[in-house]
Amino acid sequence: MALQSLDIKQRSATTTPSPQARQTVEIAKLIDVSACIGCKACQVACMEWNDVRDEVGSCAGVYDNPMDLTENSWTVMRYSEVEQNGKLEWLIRKDGCMHCTDPGCLKACPAPGAIIQYSNGIVDFHQENCIGCGYCVTGCPFNVPRISKKDNKAYKCTLCSDRVAVNQAPACAKACPTGAIQFGSKEDMKDYAATRVADLKERGYDKAGLYDPQGVGGTHVMYVLHHADKPALYSNLPENPGVSPMVSLWKGAAKPIAAAALGLVALSSLFHYVMKGPNEVSKEIEKEVEKEDAQ
Amino acid sequence: MKVTRRQFFKVCSAGLGGSSIAMMGFSPTAALAEVRTFKLARATETRNICPYCSVSCGVLIYTTGDRSKNTPGEIIHIEGDPDNPVNRGTLCPKGAGLRDMVQSKDRLKWPEVREAGSNEWKRISWNEAIERIAKHMKADRDKNFVAQNKDGVTVNRWPTLGALASSAASNEAGYLTVKFLRALGVTQLDTQARI
Amino acid sequence: MTNHWVDLKNADVVWVMGGNPAEAHPCGFKWVIEAKKQRKAKLIVVDPRFNRTAAVADIYAPIRPGTNIAFFGGVINYLLSKDKIHHEYVKHYTNAAFLIDPGYGFADGIFSGYDEAKRSYGSKDTWKYQMGADGFAKIDETLQDPNCVFQLMKQHYARYTPEMVSKVCGTPQDAFLKICELVASTAAANRTLSYLYALGLTEHSNGSQNIRCAAMIQLLLGNMGMAGGGINALRGHANVQGITDMCLYAQVLPGYLSAPTDADKDHETYLGKRTPKTLRPNQMNFPQNFPKWFTSLAKAWYGNAATKDNGFAYDYFPKLGGASDALSIFNDMYLGKMQGFICQGFNPLASLPNKKKVGDALAKLKYMVVIDPLATDTSEFWKPHGEFNEVDPTKIETEVFRLPANLFAETAGSITNSGRVVLWRWKAAEGPGESKDDTEIIAALFLRLKAMYAAEGGAFPEPLRDLTWTYTQPAKPSPEELLKEINGKALADVVDPKDPTKVLVKAGEQLPGFAMLRDDGSTSCGNWIYCGTWSQAGNNTARRDNSDPSGLGQTLNWGFAWPANRRIIYNRASADLQGKPWDPSRTLMKWTGTVWGGNDVPDMRPNAAPEEGVMPFIMAPEGVARLFSRELMTDAPFPEHYEPFESPLDANPMHPGNARAKSNPVARVYKGDMEAFGASKDFPYVGTTYRLTEHFHYWTKFSKINAIVQPEQFVEIGEELAKEKGIKAGDKVKVRSNRGFVKAVAVVTKRIKALDVDGRKVHTIGIPIHFGFKGATKPGFMSNTLTPFVGDANTQTPEFKAFLVNIEKI
Repeated sequence: MALQSLDIKQRSATTTPSPQARQTVEIAKLIDVSACIGCKACQVACMEWNDVRDEVGSCAGVYDNPMDLTENSWTVMRYSEVEQNGKLEWLIRKDGCMHCTDPGCLKACPAPGAIIQYSNGIVDFHQENCIGCGYCVTGCPFNVPRISKKDNKAYKCTLCSDRVAVNQAPACAKACPTGAIQFGSKEDMKDYAATRVADLKERGYDKAGLYDPQGVGGTHVMYVLHHADKPALYSNLPENPGVSPMVSLWKGAAKPIAAAALGLVALSSLFHYVMKGPNEVSKEIEKEVEKEDAQ
Repeated sequence: MKVTRRQFFKVCSAGLGGSSIAMMGFSPTAALAEVRTFKLARATETRNICPYCSVSCGVLIYTTGDRSKNTPGEIIHIEGDPDNPVNRGTLCPKGAGLRDMVQSKDRLKWPEVREAGSNEWKRISWNEAIERIAKHMKADRDKNFVAQNKDGVTVNRWPTLGALASSAASNEAGYLTVKFLRALGVTQLDTQARI
Repeated sequence: MTNHWVDLKNADVVWVMGGNPAEAHPCGFKWVIEAKKQRKAKLIVVDPRFNRTAAVADIYAPIRPGTNIAFFGGVINYLLSKDKIHHEYVKHYTNAAFLIDPGYGFADGIFSGYDEAKRSYGSKDTWKYQMGADGFAKIDETLQDPNCVFQLMKQHYARYTPEMVSKVCGTPQDAFLKICELVASTAAANRTLSYLYALGLTEHSNGSQNIRCAAMIQLLLGNMGMAGGGINALRGHANVQGITDMCLYAQVLPGYLSAPTDADKDHETYLGKRTPKTLRPNQMNFPQNFPKWFTSLAKAWYGNAATKDNGFAYDYFPKLGGASDALSIFNDMYLGKMQGFICQGFNPLASLPNKKKVGDALAKLKYMVVIDPLATDTSEFWKPHGEFNEVDPTKIETEVFRLPANLFAETAGSITNSGRVVLWRWKAAEGPGESKDDTEIIAALFLRLKAMYAAEGGAFPEPLRDLTWTYTQPAKPSPEELLKEINGKALADVVDPKDPTKVLVKAGEQLPGFAMLRDDGSTSCGNWIYCGTWSQAGNNTARRDNSDPSGLGQTLNWGFAWPANRRIIYNRASADLQGKPWDPSRTLMKWTGTVWGGNDVPDMRPNAAPEEGVMPFIMAPEGVARLFSRELMTDAPFPEHYEPFESPLDANPMHPGNARAKSNPVARVYKGDMEAFGASKDFPYVGTTYRLTEHFHYWTKFSKINAIVQPEQFVEIGEELAKEKGIKAGDKVKVRSNRGFVKAVAVVTKRIKALDVDGRKVHTIGIPIHFGFKGATKPGFMSNTLTPFVGDANTQTPEFKAFLVNIEKI
């Protein structure tokens, strides 16, 4: 009997390996920033499909709203007005989970099965298993997951895994009025991106290119950028994102050493600690990592 | 990559927390995850048109149930109609949020009246509403109807009733409205087309 | 739209000026993006703000609000002086060759025949064609006669130099010239430009003339009637096109039949004045069928009570006694001349100018009936809502009824999109509580009034007694029955006029199209342009075959487009005089040797051979399009730039010495409203209102999801003005006009720049319209608190796009 509608590639904090025999087609969402009009249809479609609603906020003097990703807003548009060589550009980027091939969140997650990577590339959170520790937030190079104050669990874009599982496109991709969001196999998306890049180059954007950062093994949400040489112009899209050194370390060498060194007593107290909810350690690590990143 | 001693210790303790849960045999089955069930399975699909702008996008409205007698359908989701040659399944932020319009807290549910000088609404029946409105209209029309102008030309108009018509109503509703208003002699008539 | 949404993909250049389709019509705008992707099309955006359409444009240029005609005039001058026009098209398909009365003139900003006391052009005798002895208009095909339209036009627009454009509009000259060059590139027969506009052109005191300018440019370029061309009005609501077609406004009856006025004392006079004489030989002059359309409407409404003897119930049609439009209605209401008001799916407290005046007007009514799905602001104009609506209900006597109506999802019926395609929608769910369809509510009122008149008598009860109401359930007329009535049917056998023995449509059958309409009472039709929507074949608006063999996006079997299922109007103009397509790769129409064929329904008599010389603009008695509009417009035969009524300038830079020519010299201004205009010394900044993509008018503020993505009223100002005023993004500001103030959050942006206009710096303040005191968004001030009560001289569309304000930090 199938245990899931999408084949699983890996699960957080789980030693039993997932079956690897089946390989399904790798999918991707392509966001063509040059065709994006910042209409927020994707934001609305996401909320509507996923049955999440933020509270009505206020205007902070910019078009962005909600101002940041939240446990209810899994995608937001970020607007930046950029003036270069006397030419004004309004660069609008749809922000949200990038569905990394090498997902920092999954690596960091201590709760078994709270984060799943499917073989099609989707990285999904399973709130039933989430302990709300916030390590995924720390582990994410794009600062995407958010912990809900209501249930103390982490939320982010699922790439509409429920739709994809029945061969439908994510709600945002289907809704996008201008076709700035496309959805298909990763290979097709890369091919299509190449045609968009060529068109942009013809229109004078010499540095147009695809954003599919290799530091995280590539992503399943990619951008076509007019200024691929300066991703930071797009509301600080990271130039070279990678899995945080902290996360890589403990997943690799540190875990067995720590296990040997600390013993069972420490373990059980930690267990209690972790189950209680967002823990102080993670926040401290977060700060350290941020400091590290800033250096 | 730089790692301080302090960081190294913290990483170890945090990592242990994660490992420990699995090591203690905690819930291996929970790790076998299923995606959220596709919520439209067996929902009823109806073709309609977004009421907002004049692109008039095709929409698919999903309701619960199967139109059986005892289960009035509840709208659970609205998305674009891929067959419509104009929107081809896409929707804008207004259209993609249509469900919240249909289910707005500000929907009117029954006739109400606010009487002269009052500071509140009072719920009334349809029968009372229609009766009271018709009485107002008839009294006004009978008093102010102009059969002939000062030059003796037959004009048959009712100049004291104004009407603004909806641009969100169907062609049929608009047609019936104008047929009704013109028969009454209304000329003070306009619509959003002008605004 | 002369064309349709999908056709935008066929354009080589898309010019948006006076609209913001990326925000207001995102799903239609996809076809502009498609043109860019597939045809390498270029997108031009001219707007006071660098908006979300500009964000994906190839060329953007700023413009001072209210100066579109100066910009257009500059483009016309560029095309004419550089000879970048489609010569054959202009010569044969427009009135360029027509000779105008030698008495016509234009001096110092005013056309011949102006009556200053009446603020009107009176008879406009000198704006007419020279008529020949043969009864037809005189023309000069060489276009050399100094009185021909072409020469007059050249002369008129010679004043609109690039320097003048820049001086009036504040648009940098280089950006203006770059746009001219790109626009001019579409004068080539195989290149087209699609012009897109919305309320950014209409909501001005010279709105109609703005649109005429765009049409004139498209004619000079030969882009009308072409795939990927045309003048495309991006309309408002999903069915604003259909409701306009049904003519829920005073001046016309369904199908744009000019309504009778006091001057039309009898049936004969009425028909006579509305049945135009053909102005050139062999032209179709389609409006000569007016008597068929009116008679069929009268039969649809009054059935057997409409007879030849009573002029088909002519007296049952009320005569217009004067101005009847939203502004005049509310002015009358304000003056206490109205008793009642029916407000159906409309929120005038928010959407008409000068909120204070609108609220005061409603307070003078005896009764008001609101038919709406939502608890609108208008329905609670009498209720205090803090500083957003400061009223004293104890002093307001209006009795207000609020009747719950169903929304789109809860009702079936047809709507008509901006591309004139009529589409059927199906009911998905019941409305909440006791809500009803609009048709049921209207039926309830009608049946009650009819019963009251039958029982008690009263003023002129006959039309109510005789109004056809043969619906199966009189209290619930079904949309199917209504659309059949609108389409029309044969009341007696309809025979071929050339062969009376040949029956074309049998009595009782639905009519296949408006060619079957008769003026003898043998046909009924509720709206002639909708004839064909429900033929004997059934409901054609419900057709869902979206196949597109032409590849042009015509989808002729999807729904039904009026007129006659024609998707692109004036499509005969897509071929040359011989009937060969100007661009064979985008063929709409071609002469096959016996009939017109191609990828659309011909906008032409199907068997009109090219040698007959029947010209493409069949709705004009000339047969050709009008570069010079003769006496048909109130304010000018050639569009001329006038300043908005509230202008930051002291004079019209085009006519600095003539105060009469500062603003539209014939626009209607009511007593009290002139006094309510502000002066630039007190209100130095230009205010302009607009929509945001996250909201639809005053409607989506009731939808939580839309409130989340755009929750609160804000205003946009440029960085330079913000610095001057010490305003930072997120600060609360107060924006004042001479009519009131709004408080809002400041958005400080690089996207609105100060413009250099006539030697002074002009700042623009952008004011989104969507907010109010009811709904899910944060309660806010209505933007129309600020706007002036004056409209376009032809249509009375309010001047929402250009007025004067001041701003301060609070």
